[in-house]
Amino acid sequence: MRYEPLLERMPTTRIPSFTDREGVSRGERPRYAEEAPFKIHGGCGLMGICDESGSLMSGQVPIRAMAVQRDRGNGLGGGFAGYGIYPEFPDHFCFHMMYHDLRAKEDAEALFDRYFQVDLAEPMPTRPVKGIADAPLLWRYFLNPDPHKLDEAEMTPEDFVVHSVMLINSTVDGAFVASSGKNMGAFKGVGFPEEIGHYYLLEEYEGHTWVGHNRFPTNTPGWWGGAHPFTLLDWSIVHNGEISSYGINSRYLEQFGYKCTLGTDTEVAAYLFDLMLRRHQLPIELACKALASPLWSEIDRMPEPEAEVMRSLRAVYGPGMLNGPFAIVLGFNGGMVALNDRIKLRPLVAARQGSIVMVASEESAIREVLDAPDRVWAPKAGEPVIATVAGNGSPVHSDLHLSADEVSCAVTGMPETCETVEVS
Amino acid sequence: MPISLIQPEFKVHIDYDKCHKCGRCVQQCGWSVYSFNERPIPDDSKCRACHRCVTYCPAHCITIKKNDLALRDNANWSPSLRQGVWRQAETGGVMLTGMGNDKPYLSIFDHLLLDACQVTNPSIDPLREPMELRTYLGRKPSAVEVTSDGNGGFRLAEGAGVQKNIKLDVPIIFSPMSYGSVSLPVHRSLAMAAERLGILMNTGEGGLHADLYPYADNVIVQVASGRFGVDPEYLNRGAAVEIKVGQGAKPGIGGHLPGEKINREVSETRMIPQGSDAISPAPHHDIYSIEDLRQLIYSIKEATDYKPVGVKIAAVHNVAAIASGIVRAGADYVYLDGFRGGTGAAPQIIRDHIGMPIELAIAAVDQRLRDEGIRNQASIIAAGSIRSSADLAKAIALGADVVAIGSAALMALGCHMCQGCHTGSCSWGLTTQKPELTRRVDPEWGAERLTNLVSAWSHELQEILGALGVNAVESLRGSRERLRSIGLDEQTGRILGVKPAGV
Amino acid sequence: MTPVTELTKPAAAEVAKPIEGYLQVVPEARVDGGVATIDARGIYYKHLNEVVRRCLADGAKKVVLENVNGQRYIGTGLKGAGTRIEVHGTAGQDMAMFMDGPTVEVFGSAQDGVGNTMNAGRVIVHGDAGDVLGYGMRGGRVFIKGDVGYRVGIHMKAYETRHPVMVCGGKARDFFGEYMAGGVLVLLGMESRIEGPLVGGYIGTGMHGGVIYLRGEVESWQCGKEVGTFPANEEDLANLRPVLEEYCEAFGMDVDEVLSVPFTKLVPVSHRPYGKLYTYV
Repeated sequence: MRYEPLLERMPTTRIPSFTDREGVSRGERPRYAEEAPFKIHGGCGLMGICDESGSLMSGQVPIRAMAVQRDRGNGLGGGFAGYGIYPEFPDHFCFHMMYHDLRAKEDAEALFDRYFQVDLAEPMPTRPVKGIADAPLLWRYFLNPDPHKLDEAEMTPEDFVVHSVMLINSTVDGAFVASSGKNMGAFKGVGFPEEIGHYYLLEEYEGHTWVGHNRFPTNTPGWWGGAHPFTLLDWSIVHNGEISSYGINSRYLEQFGYKCTLGTDTEVAAYLFDLMLRRHQLPIELACKALASPLWSEIDRMPEPEAEVMRSLRAVYGPGMLNGPFAIVLGFNGGMVALNDRIKLRPLVAARQGSIVMVASEESAIREVLDAPDRVWAPKAGEPVIATVAGNGSPVHSDLHLSADEVSCAVTGMPETCETVEVS
Repeated sequence: MPISLIQPEFKVHIDYDKCHKCGRCVQQCGWSVYSFNERPIPDDSKCRACHRCVTYCPAHCITIKKNDLALRDNANWSPSLRQGVWRQAETGGVMLTGMGNDKPYLSIFDHLLLDACQVTNPSIDPLREPMELRTYLGRKPSAVEVTSDGNGGFRLAEGAGVQKNIKLDVPIIFSPMSYGSVSLPVHRSLAMAAERLGILMNTGEGGLHADLYPYADNVIVQVASGRFGVDPEYLNRGAAVEIKVGQGAKPGIGGHLPGEKINREVSETRMIPQGSDAISPAPHHDIYSIEDLRQLIYSIKEATDYKPVGVKIAAVHNVAAIASGIVRAGADYVYLDGFRGGTGAAPQIIRDHIGMPIELAIAAVDQRLRDEGIRNQASIIAAGSIRSSADLAKAIALGADVVAIGSAALMALGCHMCQGCHTGSCSWGLTTQKPELTRRVDPEWGAERLTNLVSAWSHELQEILGALGVNAVESLRGSRERLRSIGLDEQTGRILGVKPAGV
Repeated sequence: MTPVTELTKPAAAEVAKPIEGYLQVVPEARVDGGVATIDARGIYYKHLNEVVRRCLADGAKKVVLENVNGQRYIGTGLKGAGTRIEVHGTAGQDMAMFMDGPTVEVFGSAQDGVGNTMNAGRVIVHGDAGDVLGYGMRGGRVFIKGDVGYRVGIHMKAYETRHPVMVCGGKARDFFGEYMAGGVLVLLGMESRIEGPLVGGYIGTGMHGGVIYLRGEVESWQCGKEVGTFPANEEDLANLRPVLEEYCEAFGMDVDEVLSVPFTKLVPVSHRPYGKLYTYV
């Protein structure tokens, strides 16, 4: 019973359907899972913006950037993550929660009460928006692990938080953690991104870094948790394209203990970053080179010892190479990294205006937001665009000591990924 | 009493109206089918349907047909079983044969289909866009460790890279066939082709002839239980060293090259006296257990300044556990040989009834090594009837790094699969040491044909990758998601890690 | 559990504001003489293009689009040689696709897929253009002042009297002139904002017709196996000059300066580069 301190009281039975207090049936209680146990295909649009000086930008910025890219999605998923948005609570973990019903909320809150000091709990501010339906109950919590429980568990606060995320996502039916980092949050749902942003009143937030996503899935999404970005602590990932190497990427990750159960490329990308950055301590530049490797002919033309590094990187991480069209943005409290595939099968445009770095699928998104960019360019295939907020550190969570299956469980909450969470 | 109950398998028919009476068939046939008395007279009982005479007949007047002599149908007692009984009753001998298992076992490769991209991700044009087949053979670290070079760049941490790996331009190599079992021109053809293709040939267990020394970078030298030709110089003359434990066609069986095949050059290469039998014991008598294998691997590494050392085994029932042990023993690659693999000579009963299909062996080993987190520590070479680039692609998708081809390579050089390798009279000059036969293979011609074959398969593999929407072979390797089965039972599908088509 | 604070905004009480994004309204066109002007700010492409088509049908010879940003399909499928569309801003995906005659001039950048399967007419872009520029272009002119992306001039083709011409003033990435089957493709490397060489790798890979001119030199590794490279000779430059004159006129450049540097000419070395690849069964 590895997670004993966290498991004194956990719901041991799952309730297949539920009628809320008002007696209205809300149907089957969903678990956080993508819609099918198979590979999900789809396309998308994305953006990322980061002010390296740490100055804050309104949430209107990412909304506008996504709105002009509306036709890259099909209204079945939109989402954002913002950083630096909770200056009143910079040192609190902020849980953005999605609840299917009140019972799920009670169950999750019981867990918060027991294991955390919650300093503020409130419904997410939202406004009605035409076209946005079936929204779950949305709440947020500013909290920190209970010091006694933390001692008991002998964990770092980061480990403790991810374990709790894992616990909620995998065992509290109808509850899902949309994000759990400090001074950041994810805002996502089923709809076009500008509608989702509007729904969440995103214009009232200010962040130094934003990422946005517009989804074009080829299946029918089940519920809001399935929208992007994907998050883990303060990491958020948005992704456009289709990774044709999903089959081997997922088997490669399984070798390190990750369990890819969502059938999405984004999940694979999230684990690959966790593996390379956190566990293998690769510099971000090299992790990007492993994910979008230079061609052998390019490596052969490089001078030594650079060629030797690249050769080894490719030979070792070849099964993790993301092959096929993609563009991806990884957001974190210290900035963002944008990357696209090795032969540029998906678009990515970048720009700089003073201390602001921006990327998007289309230049129009940049022109929409930046009035006078110093430079607009299309990054070379496989060349990462990296923006770092001064003093906010790198995306490596050195305080996180989780195993791969724990990370998978935290991200997905799928029963297959959470075998180690056992309740007696 | 009749001399033999066994009737000829083939009928040789000569259209004498067209026959030039030139005698070329008499001269070409290695099996002495023909005698000449004003015109060629065939002895059907000696014919193996190798088509040497047919190919070289200037008048195109020779036809070989099956002898359709009727035997009463019996679904249980096939004609070949009946013949086996007669043959053994006549001779009291173990039935010996050549080439691979010819029994109609289920071919799993033929029940697997590959995927292709449509709409959601693009297929890639393999002719015009990069389509990379380069493969590194050998042990890889699980992570790359780097240190800063002080200028914003990085260099590898000490010993962190893949410097000891062998670079293959395409994931196809030639499987081990010893000099002795095949002729020197065959070895030279293989070596020359390997050099041109940027791949490897494998000496087999018969040593490395001096003519092949210039090709050292493209040669795997093999160490088998007979240790023929093995000395420190030999070990260092290859790009890698391979310990041969077993062979798919005859798992658990040793070898026996008869003294009449040990001519002067074979004798020099194998370092054994001319005319004496060359016997390979069934096991290595210094490997009775897995820890002994480790000891041998490291003694070879010590002797070669740590060249890659691979281990070749026959695919047997417990192959996954064995392979795992081999990797943990320090091997840089595991060579899996399926039960359809070829041989110069094997007892038929062994060849046809022992082992397992290479498809299942790849799947089981690749999964086991992944489960144990050691897949990166060794490459998997798969062999045992890779018949086309489709088999190649499917083997790679199941988890092989590289495939090895032997039978296909011999066919490129003229082999017609007549299964007479063990007789030493190969009309095509391949599995023989008779000088009048071996000179039929011109190494230059042979190298060109082998190069053509491997290039053609490589192009086809690139086409397959392009359809799959990936432009590097490492993105297919182990990607079982891109395979589907048709007509395989559920259990087999589970072992293969492949879903049925339609799912 | 901490009680819900007053900060909470009950969802239903919030007054809905307009959603950021394209306006689903049909814009007004100001018509003056043969010139129609439309403010495209925030207008969804469908409505914008509908009005453009209506103005042309009503006899406008020139349509000026102001504040364009990312609207797709501008000029797409339009016919008529005398027609002119001016775009101020950043044009969206698939601009001038299937276009058959008109001139589209962009004062700003264009995105991906410009001039896709274009038949005739002129595209002039004063900024950059994105990936897959002029895919399958069969005729007309595409002039880009700045940089272009990947797969530019891919499968340009000539047919009877139609000879497409594309001139890019900046630098290009990989697969320049891939599968090119006809026409003229020129890269100048003069107006560039990206670092690195004039052009990436795989130039003219699969090329089996037409000609590529590069202002400057390329290394052999950059070129596809189907092309041969030659220094452009007098005759080549004589052929190139009228094309460049037209280009320079569009951007107010000096043709002699453009021609002051030696050009490299790339042509396919075989019309059937894969003749030996296949064996017939």
